Amino acid sequence: MDILTFMQQMVNGFSLGSMYALIAIGYTMVYGVLRLINFAHGDIMMVGAFLAYTFMAVFNLPFPLTVLLAVTLSAALGMLMDKIAYKPLREAPKISLLITAIGISFFLENAFTVFVGGVPRAFPVPSYMEQIFTVANVTFSVSSITVPLVTLILLLGILYVLYKTKYGMAIRALSFDIKTVNLMGIDANMIISLVFALGSALAAVGGIFWAVNYPSVEPMMGVLVGLKAFAAAVVGGIGSVTGAVLGGFIIGFTEVVVIAFFPEMGGYKDAFAFVFLILVLLFKPTGIMGEDLEKSRF
Amino acid sequence: MINDSIFTKQRIINLGIIITAIWFTWFAQQVFDEYTVRIINNVAIFIILAVSYNLINGVTGQFSLEPNGFVAIGAYVTAILLVDKEGMLYQYDISDPYPWVLALQTNFFWALILSGIISALLALSLSFPVFRVRGDYLAIVTLGFGFIIRILAINSPEITNGSLGINDIPQFSNLYWTGGVAIFAVLAILNIIYSKYGRAMKAVRDDEDAASAMGINTFKVKTLAFTTSAFFEGVGGGLLAALLTSISPDLFTFFFTFQLLIIIVIGGLGSTTGAIIGTVMVMAGLEWMRFLDEPINFMGIHTDALPGMRMVVFALILIVVMLFAREGLMGKKELKDLFKKKKANK
Repeated sequence: MDILTFMQQMVNGFSLGSMYALIAIGYTMVYGVLRLINFAHGDIMMVGAFLAYTFMAVFNLPFPLTVLLAVTLSAALGMLMDKIAYKPLREAPKISLLITAIGISFFLENAFTVFVGGVPRAFPVPSYMEQIFTVANVTFSVSSITVPLVTLILLLGILYVLYKTKYGMAIRALSFDIKTVNLMGIDANMIISLVFALGSALAAVGGIFWAVNYPSVEPMMGVLVGLKAFAAAVVGGIGSVTGAVLGGFIIGFTEVVVIAFFPEMGGYKDAFAFVFLILVLLFKPTGIMGEDLEKSRF
Repeated sequence: MINDSIFTKQRIINLGIIITAIWFTWFAQQVFDEYTVRIINNVAIFIILAVSYNLINGVTGQFSLEPNGFVAIGAYVTAILLVDKEGMLYQYDISDPYPWVLALQTNFFWALILSGIISALLALSLSFPVFRVRGDYLAIVTLGFGFIIRILAINSPEITNGSLGINDIPQFSNLYWTGGVAIFAVLAILNIIYSKYGRAMKAVRDDEDAASAMGINTFKVKTLAFTTSAFFEGVGGGLLAALLTSISPDLFTFFFTFQLLIIIVIGGLGSTTGAIIGTVMVMAGLEWMRFLDEPINFMGIHTDALPGMRMVVFALILIVVMLFAREGLMGKKELKDLFKKKKANK
């Protein structure tokens, strides 16, 4: 393998990894606060992509406006989901929450299959995102640069919200003890809603980027990506936002690099994330960044 | 607990239920038409799967999402052992089967036993990495395991015929087999639940740390539940393969596990009786709700056919059950407890 192909694969890995990272952040934040694997998170990503598809293909809106609308609506959907399905179960055993989450995920997937149809639809990628340019003989598409760049900006934004704002402090406090936070006069339910909104917004961005890179949308697109992103969150140490990003990049790079070096392993590419997950849990049950799980969640 | 009179009465009731179940199996095979027999066969197989899934998920409280993996293994082992050499050479298209795959051949009984044993051995070896983690992590690791099994089945065409699957499996499963194994599985699992291991399993479910502090080897207890449940899931998979006569990796997606999860949740997580009732309800409901997938003409309302609507309604039922009737039908109670309660009320 020459250096050129190597560079090319690095770009691909970076792009794939950042999409996993975007989705993993939502998993890790919800888990940090509610201790719930939000199985429906991958499907929020799908809904985000579908909303963007609808706004572009049906209403002919420009791409940036589309993204804005889809992300806002997905955030609202995340909050709605919490209000309807998770809020009534705050005091319930965790297993009930987990089962509800699986139910929601199944509901979203099948409702979209029934009402939208299971056939993949071509995503109308704006032409400027598909432009290709060459730097030192390595070809980039505009999207392969924008995707990681936007991810990086969003990650910094999330870290800013978490560590520099009052809301962020409330979220971090919530991950320690919901009851005490309530006693301190903070509306815990409002903060949990905020967490769902933030996580769902990021998932929607991830979904739209996914649709741009693999230009099609279909109701099951979130299942596998969501599971891999969750694996990424666990590998990075669940509850840690930086860990989620790290985990996302590790899973993304592994997938790209292994297929580049061992093309005959291509059939197994979807299994890497889980094998990796099991290996990491074997040696470090709390993930890479999850050392002081009891002390700090983010 | 050790009241002699209740004990014998319970035994008589149990014996009555077993005899009724055996009689029903025989009666159904003689009298009902092919379609009904097929549904009852399905119900019997799902009773085996639900009751064993309930052992690890409900009784031991380890939220695992693995059944599709073990059922797939059981189905493939049985299929490979039952399809003869010529049948395999004829239908393996992508790659030729390995010589040892061709050579393996047994009768149905041994195929089922081997399906169970291989599945159980895998569960045993898996329990070492899997039970290092708890709770949610366990759910995701076992989910990943089921997924990996499916990927392996697709990518090992020399053994499994890849995504095409194995066809022309001799249809050995009939009500004597499925009903017989179902009765055996229920009895075996009830025996475990009422043994000292069963009590330990419930202790692990209620508070793992406390159970451990009381001297229970929690790892051993969890592994026992996991392995037993894997054994019966493997056998159930074998029965399923010999009932459907063709299997492919698409049969064993997460939906399979989801179906079992609904069954045991509706019946009441932790109750074997509940698992059985849940199976009958869900399987009958799935058949009945087929009308949802078809065009509806009801009181002037016309809709086009909406294939998949059944699944949407199913997901909604699961959510509603979780929100409003979290304990399911039976809660953690068994049939036995219902009789007791009646007596206490009098």
